[in-house]
Amino acid sequence: MRDDNVLIALVAVFVPLSFASIGGGTSILAGIQHQAVDVHHWVTSREFVDMFAISRAAPGPGSLLTTLIGWHIAGWEGALIATLALYVPSSLLCYGVAFVWRRHRGKVWHTALEEGLAPVGVGLMMAGVLVIMQLSGGGVLPWLLALGTMALLLRWPKLHPLPLFFMGGVIAVVVRAAVS
Amino acid sequence: MTIFAVFARIGLLSFGGGLSGWVFREVVVLRNWISEEEFLSGLALAQILPGTNIANLSVYIGQKLRGVPGVAAALGGLLSGPFFAVIALASVYDRFRNIPYADAAMDGVAAAAIGLLLIIVLRGTRHSARKPAGAVALAATFIGVGVLHVSLLIVVAVVGPLSVLAAWLGGRADA
Repeated sequence: MRDDNVLIALVAVFVPLSFASIGGGTSILAGIQHQAVDVHHWVTSREFVDMFAISRAAPGPGSLLTTLIGWHIAGWEGALIATLALYVPSSLLCYGVAFVWRRHRGKVWHTALEEGLAPVGVGLMMAGVLVIMQLSGGGVLPWLLALGTMALLLRWPKLHPLPLFFMGGVIAVVVRAAVS
Repeated sequence: MTIFAVFARIGLLSFGGGLSGWVFREVVVLRNWISEEEFLSGLALAQILPGTNIANLSVYIGQKLRGVPGVAAALGGLLSGPFFAVIALASVYDRFRNIPYADAAMDGVAAAAIGLLLIIVLRGTRHSARKPAGAVALAATFIGVGVLHVSLLIVVAVVGPLSVLAAWLGGRADA
């Protein structure tokens, strides 16, 4: 029974977030963190940062973070339910809207939607960045690593992100070892 | 079946985001399944609607190609590979989490991954803040969710419609 309750809770948490994820999966990072760590205590802050890092280092859309949370608390079933709860609602909505969208390109309301929702998506993503930064140890080093990665990718956009992530991990270990 | 295979490859090849570029290459450049113009309109739609951009884009293209079965093939292909990959990676990490400095390493990876997001934040801010209303909506969303910790759903429900309304009025004033 307890297991069923957890699966229902996963659906109850991720379906609304699915509809709120304007501007992509990263915009609901702050929301996922709040629900999974503060409200439901599914994962600790430590585990949340680990899962974020893993979901970013793995192939595919970064929002498979929710898959990991589901897997962590309820195994394969949890992983599947959490993934579907996040992807199916928004996809159904997209399916419906895509019909209408094809017919109304260039109209005023079309542009208003584009213009009005874009800043909300960016604001949400900023909040997500702040949450991860506060969770991952704090201090100056995470910001230096993030800004350094950003600078490298701005200068050389074709750099593969994965080696940069690896380098970030190595630098963090070296600094931690040197300090302690 | 081809749709499934193509999207499975996109899902597995893409690391750290930037999947839209892969989709464009596979679907428009290599296969000519849809026109470039249609792709760009679909991309805009995918960004506006809730949901991962890449999942929405897959729905849009799948629907255009084959209707419901096309959507199922595209989305299934996109997600199934990464689904197992991410769990496999997490299992491996579970075994090694007790070695010294494992947490420091993960913090470092997470911080570097944030760098990739910062680029989108930078571009998006430059784009959105061109109009005062956009800048206000962006700041309100960020402060509400990130600083004051108001529920994300409430912030989106309040700021979203207001921001669209402002863009609508602004658009009519320009015309």
